Amino acid sequence: MAAPLALLLIVAVTIRAALFRTSLANLISERVEVVSPLNAWKRVVEGLALLDLDISPYSGDVFHETPMVIYLFHFLMDYAEITFMLADCLTAVALYLAVKDYNKQVFRKQKFALEADRIPMDCLELIRSPTEMYYIPLKVAMFYLLNPFTIVSCVAKCTCGCLIYGSALLSAIFLALATYQSIYPLTLCVPALLYLLQRLYIPVNVRRSSFWFYTLQYLFMFLGSLLVLICLSFFLLGSWDFLPAVYGFILSVPDLTPNIGLFWYFFAEMFDHFRLFFLCVFQINVFFYTLPLSIKLKEHPVFLIFMQIALIAIFKSYPTVGDLSLYMAFLPVWNHLYRFLRNIFLVSCVLLACSALFPVLWHLWIYAGSANSNFYYAITLLFSVAQILLVSDYFYAFLRREHHLTNGLYLKKKDGSEATLVLK
Amino acid sequence: MGLLSDPNRRRALIGMLTRLNAPICMICYMAGVAWFMGLAFEPFTLRTYMSENAMGSTMVEERFPAGERALATGREFAAHKKKTGGMPVDWLVRTMQARGLEVYTQRFSRKLPFPDEDKERYMVKGTNVYGILRAPRAPRTEALVLSAPCSPGNENNQAVGILLGLAQYFRSQIYWAKDIIFLVNEHDLIGMQAWLEGYHHTNTTGMDWSPLQGRGGSIQAALSLELSSDVVTSLDLVLEGLNGQLPNLDLANLFYAFCQKIGVLCTTQGKLPRNDWDTTSGYSHAVQTMMLMVLKQASSRPWGDHGLFLRYHIEAASIKGVNSFRPYKTDATTVGRLLEGMYRKLNNLLERLHQSYFFYLMPSLTRFVSIGYYMPAFGLLALILLLRALDLWVQLSSPPTRTTEDGVEVVPASPGVLSILTPLVISHLTGVALYTLPVLSQELAVEHFPVSETEAVVLTAIAIYTAGLALPHNTHRLLAGEGTEQGWKVLKLVAVLYLAVLLGCTALINFSLGFILALTLVPLAAFITPHVPKTLSAVVMVILSPGLTLLFAVFFFQELQETPVTLQEGWMLYLSVISQGILDHALYGSLLYPLAALLVYPCWLLFWNILFWK
Repeated sequence: MAAPLALLLIVAVTIRAALFRTSLANLISERVEVVSPLNAWKRVVEGLALLDLDISPYSGDVFHETPMVIYLFHFLMDYAEITFMLADCLTAVALYLAVKDYNKQVFRKQKFALEADRIPMDCLELIRSPTEMYYIPLKVAMFYLLNPFTIVSCVAKCTCGCLIYGSALLSAIFLALATYQSIYPLTLCVPALLYLLQRLYIPVNVRRSSFWFYTLQYLFMFLGSLLVLICLSFFLLGSWDFLPAVYGFILSVPDLTPNIGLFWYFFAEMFDHFRLFFLCVFQINVFFYTLPLSIKLKEHPVFLIFMQIALIAIFKSYPTVGDLSLYMAFLPVWNHLYRFLRNIFLVSCVLLACSALFPVLWHLWIYAGSANSNFYYAITLLFSVAQILLVSDYFYAFLRREHHLTNGLYLKKKDGSEATLVLK
Repeated sequence: MGLLSDPNRRRALIGMLTRLNAPICMICYMAGVAWFMGLAFEPFTLRTYMSENAMGSTMVEERFPAGERALATGREFAAHKKKTGGMPVDWLVRTMQARGLEVYTQRFSRKLPFPDEDKERYMVKGTNVYGILRAPRAPRTEALVLSAPCSPGNENNQAVGILLGLAQYFRSQIYWAKDIIFLVNEHDLIGMQAWLEGYHHTNTTGMDWSPLQGRGGSIQAALSLELSSDVVTSLDLVLEGLNGQLPNLDLANLFYAFCQKIGVLCTTQGKLPRNDWDTTSGYSHAVQTMMLMVLKQASSRPWGDHGLFLRYHIEAASIKGVNSFRPYKTDATTVGRLLEGMYRKLNNLLERLHQSYFFYLMPSLTRFVSIGYYMPAFGLLALILLLRALDLWVQLSSPPTRTTEDGVEVVPASPGVLSILTPLVISHLTGVALYTLPVLSQELAVEHFPVSETEAVVLTAIAIYTAGLALPHNTHRLLAGEGTEQGWKVLKLVAVLYLAVLLGCTALINFSLGFILALTLVPLAAFITPHVPKTLSAVVMVILSPGLTLLFAVFFFQELQETPVTLQEGWMLYLSVISQGILDHALYGSLLYPLAALLVYPCWLLFWNILFWK
């Protein structure tokens, strides 16, 4: 399996390197769909210039990256392209390993269930075979690396964070890093904890002391590393400027540059005295679903991670297509859910059409001056609706498969006729 | 959401859509065409009205008196033009300076990718002369432009005369709040392109020009005047700009309002507005006017010198003087008064024209159809593609299980990625060849064949286009083995969705182009399968291909202009239209040629591939 992965990495790096050399790179790095005020390379360069002049990079209203990143790029400025390619490759390898690990676990669980005769006989076709699962990690890596969305964000030199799951401490540190980058990954804390608990065979039970002990231990590690990162930034920079400039900027959404998210148009149109209220309503969307989803999916932390990443990508304040590509990379992991998906054709058509319409309507609005922002926002809205449909469709399909695994595939009504499952 | 979650209702709906797919598609197509034809019917259209407050309520009085003197200046200009054999730069500079303008010149040069045989030019060198009348009433942050071309031969001398006459008259007035720039551009659009690029400090097409020495404020609106006779019978308004872009409808309204006020006959597409909409001839007149506009817009080229202004958010139109055999004539003084009135109203603008529509079609100068009314016509055609895609999707997701002799059910294997990817890649490579090779290989072709450069380019393009028909089909078999039943369905699904997205985007930018392409490509996309009779369908496909659509459009356009051509002339015209299309792309950045070569043609080749799927 190592050889195809290496080949894939080489292909991905070649495409990126070739694109960096063309004039397309400039064009892409200007696109609002790809870069956000948080991660635009132009702004990083501005921050670096300010830093070189011994001025706090946050003194202007341009730079909103975290201090660690700017110091990182301070040293890597000349190797920026390689750094971005490397980051993409590392993320892909990490995804590959994580999914491989997850597959092993799923398979083990399935074997236990089979041996214990817990699965009804007619559900055998729902059982996943090792052969079909063999290529999934590779597919995940491929989906990530060759996704046009990922490629354009890499070429645009977006500074999106990446995540991996290994040991408890490592996961806590990486999670803290991701949170430090953009606060939203905070919600991933719960699935990460669930995942680790599951690996250690600690049941999720509020009356067990081992559960509480481990949870507290994990939270301590997470918060500890977060605190270390923030203090480190303070010592690097010598001031707390970065807190309002980074986190205040993410939470209070002062920059209303159009993007593929839901915030900009809404807050551009809104009266000022409603702003705070709706800010809370919009931001709470990201965090709101964590608790119910964690209760429902406490047995399936990896699916929960997928749901959370997707929700973050949809509801965050400055989304880009790079966020999209991360959760889309997980889709091959769930291709056994395919038979239960209902709207996949509709959703993929809408996503495809929207991706083509974004640049067209942007052109009509900004360059031709004949259309206006309403046209562009309509597409943004449609794009978000399609994403939500996609995620909820996968959620439904997942639950339905679980239902069938316990109750049998061919459900009968009480009177013996064939039953249908209805989501209400 | 009931439809999305209730499986029974979904099944019923999808069942109905797949069972009645063909009839629904037929109905949609006919409804789309009928809707489009209905757009020219007067009760379905809206009367034009002025939306801009700053231009609507204010009164202006036109007093331009010096038509005769302007014509005399025009004659003087003509004499100097003849003497210098081109733009009389020195004379123009002197004359403009004498009228109290700040005068500057701009030199430019441009080598065309291949000789333009229509206008007989290859290495273009020229000079633009412009004079700025500084606004006495306001800070100089905004400007208006009046331009007239310096054309070869005896044309447009009167336009330059009126321009100079207006400059002199405007100079003596004190109410100007915007700079007024009087521009005489040489080599029509090439000069205009150089001037606009110089004014806005951009260089998109790699042209050589000297930087502008003087500037006014940001340009709010521009008019381009073309006039070749001392008296005119009517004035024609030209709106179509680069890539089918149109100026704000208020500019057309302004022109119409002043024509009404002063009593000048005004036309668009050379057609007078008529009142007898309830008669057949009245309706067909409106249809002709609208179809002319649709064809001109679909051609994506600027139809007057104003066409390039639109790219810079400047509302612009061309006004052409027409002198026909009607008895009723308008003199130069009246034309000058009309322009004076329009500029005074534009002078009152507080912000750019934006109140009225940008997306519209005009079945006459007094009537318009807005985007909300004409989009459904396209939507109905695009719906067919989506319905076909849905049908294919349903067929693919429930594969028919064949039963072999043993009674074992065999589910056909799903097609490999290669069998889909190969035709896609090959047809796009053909498209790239069609886009790049004609201009690149002209020297080679001229060496080996007895043709001129222009002919070489056009004929190479046609040759590659035709060769594409023979080349790509069944290439998937080389790599992926025998094509399967599933294979072509997947390919067709991809092609249909591709076409739908492509046409949708095109129609948003340039409705006319999108609609004409949809009219020919949609039926073809709907009916092509490997199982229809090969020869007949191949003939139909070739007839409906983008290349021949262009040929028909050329004949149809000539027919509508009431200058029908014979087959031979039509063919020559067709060749020159192709060369003009390629030149427009190279010179001004018109998008039709790359769109057709890189996207539409490969998409059509995909369907060609499906027809010959084995």
